[in-house]
Amino acid sequence: MSNEIAILGAGMHPWGKWGHNFVQYGVAAAREALADAGVPWQDVKFVSGGATVRCGYPGYVAGATFAQALGWQGAEVNTSYAACASGSQALAAARNKILAGECEVALVIGADTTPKGFLAPAGGYRPEDPDWVRFYLGITNPTYFALYARRRMDVYGDTLEDFAAVKVKNSRHGSKNPRARYRKCFTADDVAASAMVADPLRLMDICATSDGGAALIVSSLDYAKKVGKSDAPRVAAISTVTPTFASGVVEMPDIATDSAAAAGIEAHSFRSMLPLKAYEEAGIGPEDVSLAEVYDLSTALELDWIEDLQLAHRGEAAQLLRAGHTGIGGRIPVNASGGLACFGEAVPAQALAQVCELTWQLRGEAGDRQVEGATVGITANQGLFGHGSSVIVKK
Amino acid sequence: MSDKPLVPAIEGWFTMAAKPHLIGTRCEACGTYFFPKQDQYCRNPGCDSTDFREVELSRTGHVWSYTNACYQPPEPFVAPDPFEPFAIAAIQLEEEQMVVLGQVVKGVDVAELKVGMPVELVLEPLHETDEAIKVTWKWRPMDLEK
Repeated sequence: MSNEIAILGAGMHPWGKWGHNFVQYGVAAAREALADAGVPWQDVKFVSGGATVRCGYPGYVAGATFAQALGWQGAEVNTSYAACASGSQALAAARNKILAGECEVALVIGADTTPKGFLAPAGGYRPEDPDWVRFYLGITNPTYFALYARRRMDVYGDTLEDFAAVKVKNSRHGSKNPRARYRKCFTADDVAASAMVADPLRLMDICATSDGGAALIVSSLDYAKKVGKSDAPRVAAISTVTPTFASGVVEMPDIATDSAAAAGIEAHSFRSMLPLKAYEEAGIGPEDVSLAEVYDLSTALELDWIEDLQLAHRGEAAQLLRAGHTGIGGRIPVNASGGLACFGEAVPAQALAQVCELTWQLRGEAGDRQVEGATVGITANQGLFGHGSSVIVKK
Repeated sequence: MSDKPLVPAIEGWFTMAAKPHLIGTRCEACGTYFFPKQDQYCRNPGCDSTDFREVELSRTGHVWSYTNACYQPPEPFVAPDPFEPFAIAAIQLEEEQMVVLGQVVKGVDVAELKVGMPVELVLEPLHETDEAIKVTWKWRPMDLEK
């Protein structure tokens, strides 16, 4: 029995710093996805929302909020919290509902408004909270990205020019994406002229936070056939696995890794575990992938992801980049959408935005940033507390 | 330097000795180390022990990676005025097979650090209050003549 579901529609509110309520972005994305799918709102029987922890009281950023805004029509709702992977977990919930035969069409949706200023932990003396501890010691989010970047430089020989080249490539891609927030083509000189934040990463190596909304209309394959869309792209795999003990790469907000001192325990990289289940579930390998959308919280992190997805051997992603293979027109385009470099992160919407891009690419509707002949796309993302995801979409 | 007493910035996380150690725990059943201390449940999926012993972690290790903070971090970090950038390192502890973060001692620039470099744990002020100097653990490269 097939575990696949069809993607009938995709929609996004453009990313930016609009300052509106997040519901407005979600509704715009949902309406676009519904129109794209040609599915009436009343036919949607499951609304699956990605959540994040902000904007007031629990449950506010939730599936029910979007269902109400679109007009309550008796659909069942779900809300998924999985940090940056919230959208993928919401998609997995919709897939389960469809494959269980409990609904034919579902709306998967995520949207966020970024709060102003730093996301700082609550005050007081709270050493039991790792987030409080690391900020007290002066360890911010860019610290972690910079540690990974510097290790690449010292161990694999990556250079500042390589990291800048990732930004230049992604800005070139994003300049052709009307939904991206930053659409200027930056040069290596622009990157080098931006302020150093956490050596070796400069301001332009690190992604911003943004407002945005993304939505998908997904259905059973039978329903897709019934509405004449049997050739719609399909979700072939969703991996939302946890890390495997011992997690050997220090992750936000922790001050230390797991210990691998016990007998029979090895240190693992969480990032590299995520796509393994996705490949296995889809029954394909990295050699089958036409394009990848990866979580470039920093320029250097894109290179880590390329290796985690096994699109390059460990330590060799920069060679792929230098040869131009990760740009549109290259062998394995990465972040054809422009990636986080051009979008900035809108947490509960971001994993869905990655799937939206794959959907348009596989349909051949990505305009000037089209990856020719794309048949299989993979996403990868990771967030706090052992949350991450990898989704495979195929024709 | 003021004559205020030196007190740990975080109580119970490290010893205040001349050769200080981080204080962790070790599972008596499987030997997994924990820092910060964990004495309620073992996170090794193959172990359900509730028996833990407090241990001093290795006070030397090797640089896994390093960076710095060029901008003043937000609170609860207490910044000196004017803010001075500081280096940060992730240190691999051999015996414990884990990586622990921390600031690098004052006066060491990222340009002087390298992956694999040996370091030792020392105590240095993190910030001052009206009553005391709050000290924390920091990593000091062992081969740098400073």
